[in-house]
Amino acid sequence: MICLLSTRRFLTAAQIATTVPGYEHDPDDPRDHEAFQRKFERDKAELRELGVPLETGTASAFDTEPGYRIAAREYALPDIQLEPDEAAAVGIAARLWRHAGLAAAASSGLAKLRAAGIDIDPSATLGVEPVVTVDPAFAPLTTAARDRRTVAFDYRVPEGDAPTSRRLEPWGVVCWRGRWYVVGHDLDREATRCFRLSRIVGQVRLTGKPGSYEPPAGVDLISHVARWSGPVERTGRATVLVRPGRAAGLRRWAREVEPTADGDKLVLPFADPDGLAASVVGYGADVRVLDPPEVREAVIQRLKEIATRHEAASVSAR
Amino acid sequence: MTAPSRASADRLGRLLNLVPYLLARPGIELAEAAAELGVSEKQLREDLELLWVCGLPGYGPGDLIDMAFDGDRVTITYDAGIDRPLRLTPDEALALVVALRMLAETPGMANRDAIERTLAKLESAAGDLTSAPVEVRLPGNADRLDTLRGAVERRRALRITYYTATRDELTERVVDPIRVLVVAGRAYLEAWCRRAEAVRLFRADRIDALTELDEPARLPGQVRLHDVSGGVYQPGPELPLVTLRVGRGGRWITEYYPCEDVRPDGEEWLVSLRVADLSWAQRFVLGLGPDATVVAPADLVERVRQQAGAALDQYS
Repeated sequence: MICLLSTRRFLTAAQIATTVPGYEHDPDDPRDHEAFQRKFERDKAELRELGVPLETGTASAFDTEPGYRIAAREYALPDIQLEPDEAAAVGIAARLWRHAGLAAAASSGLAKLRAAGIDIDPSATLGVEPVVTVDPAFAPLTTAARDRRTVAFDYRVPEGDAPTSRRLEPWGVVCWRGRWYVVGHDLDREATRCFRLSRIVGQVRLTGKPGSYEPPAGVDLISHVARWSGPVERTGRATVLVRPGRAAGLRRWAREVEPTADGDKLVLPFADPDGLAASVVGYGADVRVLDPPEVREAVIQRLKEIATRHEAASVSAR
Repeated sequence: MTAPSRASADRLGRLLNLVPYLLARPGIELAEAAAELGVSEKQLREDLELLWVCGLPGYGPGDLIDMAFDGDRVTITYDAGIDRPLRLTPDEALALVVALRMLAETPGMANRDAIERTLAKLESAAGDLTSAPVEVRLPGNADRLDTLRGAVERRRALRITYYTATRDELTERVVDPIRVLVVAGRAYLEAWCRRAEAVRLFRADRIDALTELDEPARLPGQVRLHDVSGGVYQPGPELPLVTLRVGRGGRWITEYYPCEDVRPDGEEWLVSLRVADLSWAQRFVLGLGPDATVVAPADLVERVRQQAGAALDQYS
């Protein structure tokens, strides 16, 4: 390694073998030579994994054997100066991964910054700590999106019976409201789709070659996810009667509360009658809907179905 | 990749970092360096010994990495060409950049300016690696979190009005703030609750009112913080187990609540989960409406049946 770092020439495997302790072998003994080659290949892969930019080429036009050298320009971390508050921020950032997938990468990245002369205060805090967790599909999908490789995976929505198999050109991974999604071009649906990472079943398979597609220029990944889970406007108003001291959860949402002889009259904002009916029904006999009729009807309908289902359940439970 | 090879790659990575690290800190104490690098002092000494015999093979001793020891302090005197750390790997760049984006996006974060500056510097140092295909958006009530963070930083006790969903009640309590967490997109205040005499997590969006008191926060000695790595709600085996039969429209609950068992049952599913409280379970099941039927326990079946009947009577 250090041998390669200090040379500007390409060295062939044979040249490296003669100078590096541990690589000694008899090149004329096929078994010994094969063992060396295996070890050499493994070490090359190891170096590349560490981030060592290993270049292949030949030292001169007369060489037929490929040679190796380290691209010195690309080897080193570029000069980076961080103010104390910036160094603190990166230290805190690295800690976010302590529970999750990229913990090892974060700490080795941090070690490189320290080696670049940056002092990082391990006790710094920012007052608010995000706790990061990622799904197992996070690592393969970010890799695939970075390398532009097509992926295949099995996907199960909670209301579906069985997972369906999907093929996707992933453009990127998005964290929206604490959940992870992948956005990309769905090859079977021929359309842009987003998938929740927690619903991916089993392994993500990298099926395409690197660089096999190009995401649309300037694509706004967040907008594809947020479109389906944006905030709702509660423009409807319902009036309900609540027993005194009961249904605290509904009272928190009330725009108006008026005590009456029959109980407290609440005005509740709502987006869709069925959604409001579901929360009202939760409070059982503590709440009665006065208005509007569609909410009142939705509540009665729900109560009837619940009563029927549990009448039968109650009989069978005895 | 085999295990010994992994270990040797880790070691090589560590060694390559060690030279520039020590070069930047001449005369550093071994104990301090070991602590900061996250290795034992013994391991650090072994690494240094190995470094000492590294250098340019086949050449004179002047080409080897050289260092001077002064008691427990070490100084690199010849770096053999390793004066800079390796560039970041794509995964390292991704880990740091995504975490910084996460911090920058967290509502109510202090010193956002430093986070943005760091992000810009790291992105330029990592080059094209940081066209990291990961975006983060964590919408939230920044004002509320600013207030909570302020209380934590000023170490003041707080009087809060808190909605407890499991008991459906609003209570007022004095708490001693410890930290603010954001888990799965939701913000929590972790604090010592003087009413419960325990460390509690309070969901920020259920703190309906809040007053900072003119008294310092006090914690009773060592308190144990919550481990939220597996989620905030981790029901214990002592809680009642409830089994529901749910239809397609109710199956979302398996994604929102930790379930002990989910299995198909004809056209529907049998879902078992532990609940903090049976009256919460009653509100929960009634709220699910026609999408769920209680199978067990029998007294929950009875409670739901009675409540639905009593509620219906109000409309007749």
